[in-house]
Amino acid sequence: MAAHSAVLSVSKIINPFWGGRLGNTVKVFGTTLTSHRNKTQRAPPPAKYGGRHTVTLIPGDGIGPELLNHVREVFRFSCVPVDFEVVHVNSALETEEDINNAITAIRRNGVALKGNIETKHTMPPSVKSRNNLLRTSLDLYANVMHCQSLPGVQTRHQNIDIMIIRENTEGEYSSLEHENVPGVVESLKIITRNNSLRIAEYAFRLAREKGRRRVTAVHKANIMKLGDGLFLQCCREVASGYPDITFDSMIVDNTTMQLVSKPQQFDVMVMPNLYGNVVSNVCAGLVGGPGLVPGANYGRDYAVFETATRNTGKSIADKNIANPTAMLLAGCMMLDHLKLHDHASSIRNAIFTTMNENRLHTADIGGQGTTSEVVQSVMRIIQSKGQLTAEF
Amino acid sequence: MYLGAWMQTVTLIPGDGIGPEISVAVMKIFEAAKAPIQWEERNVTAIKGPGGKWMIPPDAKESMDKNKIGLKGPLKTPIAAGHPSMNLLLRKTFDLYANVRPCVSIEGYKTPYTDVNLVTIRENTEGEYSGIEHVIVDGVVQSIKLITEQASQRIAEYAFEYARNNQRASVTAVHKANIMRMSDGLFLRKCREAAEKHRDVKFTEMYLDTVCLNMVQDPTQFDVLVMPNLYGDILSDLCAGLIGGLGVTPSGNIGANGVAIFESVHGTAPDIAGKDMANPTALLLSAVMMLRHMGLHGHAKKIEAACFDTIRDEKVRTQDLGGNSKCSEFTDAICQRVRDMD
Repeated sequence: MAAHSAVLSVSKIINPFWGGRLGNTVKVFGTTLTSHRNKTQRAPPPAKYGGRHTVTLIPGDGIGPELLNHVREVFRFSCVPVDFEVVHVNSALETEEDINNAITAIRRNGVALKGNIETKHTMPPSVKSRNNLLRTSLDLYANVMHCQSLPGVQTRHQNIDIMIIRENTEGEYSSLEHENVPGVVESLKIITRNNSLRIAEYAFRLAREKGRRRVTAVHKANIMKLGDGLFLQCCREVASGYPDITFDSMIVDNTTMQLVSKPQQFDVMVMPNLYGNVVSNVCAGLVGGPGLVPGANYGRDYAVFETATRNTGKSIADKNIANPTAMLLAGCMMLDHLKLHDHASSIRNAIFTTMNENRLHTADIGGQGTTSEVVQSVMRIIQSKGQLTAEF
Repeated sequence: MYLGAWMQTVTLIPGDGIGPEISVAVMKIFEAAKAPIQWEERNVTAIKGPGGKWMIPPDAKESMDKNKIGLKGPLKTPIAAGHPSMNLLLRKTFDLYANVRPCVSIEGYKTPYTDVNLVTIRENTEGEYSGIEHVIVDGVVQSIKLITEQASQRIAEYAFEYARNNQRASVTAVHKANIMRMSDGLFLRKCREAAEKHRDVKFTEMYLDTVCLNMVQDPTQFDVLVMPNLYGDILSDLCAGLIGGLGVTPSGNIGANGVAIFESVHGTAPDIAGKDMANPTALLLSAVMMLRHMGLHGHAKKIEAACFDTIRDEKVRTQDLGGNSKCSEFTDAICQRVRDMD
């Protein structure tokens, strides 16, 4: 323990003094010394009055509202000390007032749980995607998704366990477009050194935290030599500071080909925004579909949780057939972020028991259960474990 | 019985690595099938033209302009050779604007996905591959994605024409117009306009992420997919992976002025070159695609059936398909089957 505190004090001296001067050396040296302090998850916002957290809830469109209602139901039933502040965002309006209110609420509370907000095509191009606005305004730079094969779900591939870390604020999603000449549109893809280093750092830290062995950077640097070339270079730089983790890279089209034939070869993957969109959807499809995988968007100060593939699900809205698993698991991720681990585990276990042992499946994974049946089953299992619950 | 049947000349570009041997295999099979094709072999290694600009050799260009149809093997990508990739040069010389890849599950070559039967049509000249990049300030790079009305219209019209000519029921435009409002929005608008002119073909639009999600769960729901350059690159390789990889996937490039070059999209495989181990299936299926493009459906069907039957039979398969036969043995087996069909 003496050595531990000695290390702490040494790092306190070294970092501020040598910070700017030693460049990469500090990165390598500093990382090993201070990694125990720079955990991937930041400290949760202080609990509000009475030991209860307040979390912003954005219902969104399509299946968002009904699934989030189920999440609230399960939380209420399990006596989770979380209060939801509901903020509605109307996707039919052209003004940004609604989304700005939501952003303010999230700044206030620090954490949010959201459904997907639809982007209507009938709007003029100046009306930007509300989801994207939210992510960039709050600088939620890392989108994290963990795809795991579930024993109760029938899929073509088994034993998949991939963590996908996707840069969430720049790249192709910069929303910078212009039409200089009529009929010729230019869309800008921005890659910056800072953001690339930041996301690579996040990926390696997360990999180390979770005990993962290998990080793969996905890119298209053979064509986009400067842009993706910069991204790749940043990943290599960060990789040099983590000698215990293997680093390799793969071109995006080869990656998708490998994913559909041998997905077991991948461990942790890090990539810019658009490729992240493609790869995360492919992986979600491989483990059973959009109804199963939760996703998280982390920034330095805020965290927003949602389903990984961000679908609105308009065609199945209000029919009681949507799969609540992804949204419920997103809720559990949020509880873990708030350090309410017991609650998170109990709900998560109930979900997996329902899926793998009771085999109560909704239509998207080949079953005939309804959304409410699955939610009832989850609540029953939580109750049967003997914890404090509200009435049904 | 036609004496002196009308022969069509096709420019053949064997390519590098395993290119020459798989080209020989294809020529042998075509001969066995008595296909009315005459081959004109050409080399496309870049040369410096007057003015210092890199170009393909003039005799190659002349041959292609005359014949209009070409079959190409894999070309080596030069590193530090000073000139751009040959594929890029060919694309620019003949304005090959559409890359077409039919992906059909090969019976007898098992993958986790069965009953795949779709076609990806990818815009091949602009989009994210415009090659225009700048360093704005140190540490900030900007890559430009270019979408033009003209190119989008051209590819959309081609997609619907292809659907019509090949009896395909629907065309799906793949885009990300929720994020790239103006650029993909323009592409989508042009697809919608082309759809209006081709009411006999069903038209749908789908986000790129939804397509990827659904593709790995149920690829049978897709028919013809049309999309800009980058999405096309990723999706066409994804679909190739579904049916077994680049070693068994055909590909065709359609250009302006009726030019069409069909090619195998795998690499040159220098490690097995010259050892009679290569798998000619990809080049053969591309040649079959070429026959269909030329209207020689009878021969196309015969050769394709012979190829699939041989793979399904499992007795004579090349190494990459899980067997241990030589390329020549595989080729001979197909030739035999073709002859037996007459």
